[in-house]
Amino acid sequence: MTANGWLQIAVFISAVLLCARPLGVYMAAVFERRRTWLDPVLVPVERLLYRCTSVSPEEEMRWTGYAGSMLIFSAVTLLLTYLIERLQQFLPLNPQHLGAVSPFLAWNTAVSFTTNTNWQAYTPESTMSYLTQMLGLATHNFWSAAVGIALAIAFIRGIARKEMKTLGNFWVDMTRAILWVLLPICVVFALVLTSQGVIQNLKPYTVAHMVRPQTRAKTVNGKAAPTAALTQTIAQGPVASQEAIKMLGTNGGGFFNANSAHPFENPTPLTNMLEMMAMFLIPAGLTVTLGEMTGSPRHGRAVLGAMLILWLIGVTVCYWAESQPNPLFHGVNQQTTALQAGGNMEGKEVRFGIADSALFATVTTDSSCGAVNSMHDSYMPLGGIVPLTNIMLGEVVFGGVGSGLYGMLIFVIVAVFIAGLMVGRTPEYLGNKIQAYDVQMAMLYLLIFPLIILGFSAVAVLTPHLGLPGITNPGPHGLSQILYAYSSAAGNNGSAFAGLNANTPWYNLSLGFAMFIGRFLMIVPMLALAGSLAAKKKVPESSGTFPVTTPLFTVLLTSVIVIVGALTFFPALSLGPILEHLLLHAGHSF
Amino acid sequence: MSYESHHEADVHSLFDASIAARAALDAFLKLNPVKMIRNPVMFVVEVGSVLTTVLLFTRKAHTGGHFAFDLQVTLWLWFTVLFANFAEAMAEGRGKAQADSLRKAKAETMAHRMTDTGIEEVSSAMLFSGNLVKVSAGEIIPGDGEVIEGMAFVDESAITGESAPVVREAGGDMSAVTGGTRVLSDEIIIRITSNPGETFLDRMIALVEGAQRQKTPNEIALNILLAGLTIIFLLTTITLQPFAIYSGAPQSIFVLVSLLVCLIPTTIGGLLSAIGIAGMDRLVQYNVLATSGRAVEAAGDVDTLLLDKTGTITIGNRQAAEFIPAPGVSAEQLAEAAQLSSLSDETPEGRSIVVLAKERYGLRGRELSHRNAEFVPFSATTRMSGVDIDDRVIRKGSVDAIRQHLKEHGNGMPPLVREAVERVARSGGTPLVVAENGSALGVIYLKDIVKGGMRERFHQLRVMGIRTIMITGDNPLTAAAIAREAGVDDFLAEAKPQDKMDLIRREQAQGKLVAMTGDGTNDAPALAQADVGVAMSTGTQAAKEAGNMVDLDSNPTKLIEIVAIGKQLLMTRGALTTFSIANDIAKYFAIIPAMFATAFPVLSALNIMHLHSPQSAVLSAVIFNALIIIALIPLALRGVKYRPVSAAVLLQRNLLIYGLGGIIVPFIGIKLIDMAITALRIL
Repeated sequence: MTANGWLQIAVFISAVLLCARPLGVYMAAVFERRRTWLDPVLVPVERLLYRCTSVSPEEEMRWTGYAGSMLIFSAVTLLLTYLIERLQQFLPLNPQHLGAVSPFLAWNTAVSFTTNTNWQAYTPESTMSYLTQMLGLATHNFWSAAVGIALAIAFIRGIARKEMKTLGNFWVDMTRAILWVLLPICVVFALVLTSQGVIQNLKPYTVAHMVRPQTRAKTVNGKAAPTAALTQTIAQGPVASQEAIKMLGTNGGGFFNANSAHPFENPTPLTNMLEMMAMFLIPAGLTVTLGEMTGSPRHGRAVLGAMLILWLIGVTVCYWAESQPNPLFHGVNQQTTALQAGGNMEGKEVRFGIADSALFATVTTDSSCGAVNSMHDSYMPLGGIVPLTNIMLGEVVFGGVGSGLYGMLIFVIVAVFIAGLMVGRTPEYLGNKIQAYDVQMAMLYLLIFPLIILGFSAVAVLTPHLGLPGITNPGPHGLSQILYAYSSAAGNNGSAFAGLNANTPWYNLSLGFAMFIGRFLMIVPMLALAGSLAAKKKVPESSGTFPVTTPLFTVLLTSVIVIVGALTFFPALSLGPILEHLLLHAGHSF
Repeated sequence: MSYESHHEADVHSLFDASIAARAALDAFLKLNPVKMIRNPVMFVVEVGSVLTTVLLFTRKAHTGGHFAFDLQVTLWLWFTVLFANFAEAMAEGRGKAQADSLRKAKAETMAHRMTDTGIEEVSSAMLFSGNLVKVSAGEIIPGDGEVIEGMAFVDESAITGESAPVVREAGGDMSAVTGGTRVLSDEIIIRITSNPGETFLDRMIALVEGAQRQKTPNEIALNILLAGLTIIFLLTTITLQPFAIYSGAPQSIFVLVSLLVCLIPTTIGGLLSAIGIAGMDRLVQYNVLATSGRAVEAAGDVDTLLLDKTGTITIGNRQAAEFIPAPGVSAEQLAEAAQLSSLSDETPEGRSIVVLAKERYGLRGRELSHRNAEFVPFSATTRMSGVDIDDRVIRKGSVDAIRQHLKEHGNGMPPLVREAVERVARSGGTPLVVAENGSALGVIYLKDIVKGGMRERFHQLRVMGIRTIMITGDNPLTAAAIAREAGVDDFLAEAKPQDKMDLIRREQAQGKLVAMTGDGTNDAPALAQADVGVAMSTGTQAAKEAGNMVDLDSNPTKLIEIVAIGKQLLMTRGALTTFSIANDIAKYFAIIPAMFATAFPVLSALNIMHLHSPQSAVLSAVIFNALIIIALIPLALRGVKYRPVSAAVLLQRNLLIYGLGGIIVPFIGIKLIDMAITALRIL
């Protein structure tokens, strides 16, 4: 680890924290429909949209209505994307004349983008046309992020509201999330990205002639048949516009297969820093929005504090693990010097180095983004455990846009319930008494997640024809690959332990279901809980009230997240990365 | 809080041998799965125990030659269930012991039921609501009811433990009688107000025994949390086997069941119902009977305490403290007139006037019977009392009443008297004005005496976030002064029953929980409206029916203890839940390396406790898990220590003890058990 590396990490988090407050206060104004400086431009657009879609913006919805609207919206847009993928060869903006996407892959991808996962079981530049990328996928990057923000806002309203049956209007919240929050930031962000060299065009792919022919070893019918490559196809496309929302909306679906490691997506250290910031920007801002809308800014900061602690632990472990010399390279100088990075550079871009790769890996899995600028599969076992654990904790460390906050608030409620009794009162969360129904919904939310991950993984490791063939490395690393895939899907992250060959009917289907359940089945109890909280009488605060604003609460919340997560996944992890780490130091590699 | 002293006796009787023996037997009876399923956590343990027992007898399961291990694991799993059952049985046993003493009072008696034709003798069990019974001196009152005719001294010691007899008379707030108490004098006619098996005592006995115990709202919520955690750990354990098979290290069912039982929150799961029963029990030890567990829990949540001034904050009676004469009147003159007017006034206030006059001015109480004296008793319409002696017309009464009286004589209240009246009122006293022959003589300063230590208690309550509101019939000036002296947060002056009701509704509308005490029939609506309504045992039947607790000692100050007991109940649950979950970390470090140490010796790096062998590690964790239930029974029955401090301080303290402690203790415990197992070579 180097001072320079830590400095970059410090600059990153300071910049995020600096932006969080103004953005959070602004978002509170947006969703409480107070005046903002963008109103003169956006209000007419908003009105027009409501008139066209005959949405009555003043109409409030109960949690069931909110959930129903969200599900209908998601189902319709999912179907739309599926159709676009299946029909792309008949549609315009397909200069490469790419054929229809196969049904399993189309289902997987449609679910993946609808659920804000952006798991990509395909190579985008050789599978998806420009139209599919823009109309089928990038739109979902906005929609799914807006849905996430809307849900988080609905949950915050549930906490803040007193004896009310409604949580707001889904269509209004979503529209405002796109118009006021996502679009303005994305426009600016995309322009900055293009200034740094991110491409933005609709041209056919460029064919470049190689300076020197390259010989590739290929096997044809079991015989080695070396072929010489004289040209290289360089994929093009409207990248900058998609890159901005890919990061800001914690979507993570790359325009290119190499994702943010590709120089057209992430060309410079500056874009790298900005892309990482974009992932944390809205989730950090939403903690401030939480504080503003519930009238307890200190609670917002306490929640943000827990996120910061968990982020710091993650990045420290990951950075440390990746900086360690590989124990299998005996007698090789692995010192970090001005001339060499030291540590583990496999799967990392030389442009970014260890610190920025470890930070990116931590941030992309803390948030449910899933964009990558290095290959997590190539990390050291303890480096790779960080992204995996981050996802398994439920992606509540900043988390996905919106989903991170409501996931975190579920943990807040569980923490308040477990420890709240210890102050001798029925546990209260910002004036809401936590009762049986609330605990039931919170536990349901927490249950579904390990059920998907452990359930599907258990099936996968036992089925020689379905799950096992996908594994590319045997032993504990193979288990990590499978665990990572289902965690990533259930957590709607979308990053991969790239080794797993997941473009098979089994993985496309099961991961599709994991994404689907991991998003929608968890949202339903979450909204039910929000509805229950909104209907409650609010108990006024007193010195007998359980404190949710103190550093002690931050520590408590952090512990609950770690303990619940650790207790659930420790056995599986001990046979995966932990065992791999111990075996590696005993001289075995996989 | 001053109830710490009660704990001593409590601890001594904690493991009463006969109760423990009975509980040990009950622990086995409770293994009935139909009963066990009420407790999902322990039900899972029981299912696991059955599973391992069955496997123990089918030889295939332990081909590895670990029979000693398998057997011991199975035994300890059963012990885990039995220990939890024992905890519940202990709590119930202690409740039963209390119930028995109550039941003695309920011994069936003969009743003289009044019918249209006369009086018939029936068993007390045959009395229905609405029956009239006649009870004479020496007889036992056959059921709960209300005196409708006559007056008698009643010995209520069977219920309250208080040996001094109390007066019960028809009409007013002293009319309620409880079945099982004994009439000492006179003869009364009682209207029975309850049906057989539904008497106050019957309900109390059932509740104390825990027979009709229904889970309280908070207990239900906690059960859901525990069930949820159990499902998560079930999932973790079940899916571990595929991962183990994939890794080439399949596990025996014994080890998997051990892991499961160690992970699920058995400590709190096993002690949860014991905590609830013990909470109710603790209340009974304070001579308070609650009609439901819900009420005890609500007591912990109380935000606002409504306390009657008289008898709760101040000692029941006001005392004359000073005579303030009008201009031109000497203090002696005023004292003499005041004394004369009070000689036949048997109220404590009246007596205190006589005493003060004697102490200050040497005026002896005179025998007045021979004079031509006519006493005017206090009446609600005149609100004055006094005496007419010869040609002297002496009256004393409230300011308004005397003003009216003076007006009738064409006089007004002298300004200096008016000032004195205001001064007295402002300083928290009650001014009584004395008038003779239509002109004011001066003012008697009646002082309210605030009970010792109340200020500190209200301060403690404030720290705990509980607001105290004093209810008084006094005028706002007086009320404010006493409120200030006693240190309550707020007061309701000139309170009428409706005002009290409105106040409760107002507080509840803000989301607060309100507790109050009451005894009169006019308190009944407010008692019913309050979240915690404690009726005094001396109160009317209506009040008792309306409230959700009855204080057998009729001590309104006890409301503060009731709140503390409620809080203690919730805290104990929270503390043991936290402890139980925190325990899991150490158990993982014992069991996971043990499970895979054979296949992957490198995993013994996780064996940070350096446990002797894989078998001893698993067994130690299982034994620890079972023994900790037994070890924590006293805590569950006694409740965790409660201190009146703010929630933030409480949380910090309890997190340190039960959270951090819960992480550390099992590391030490499992290591010690492992050392013992190794030393004893039982594996």
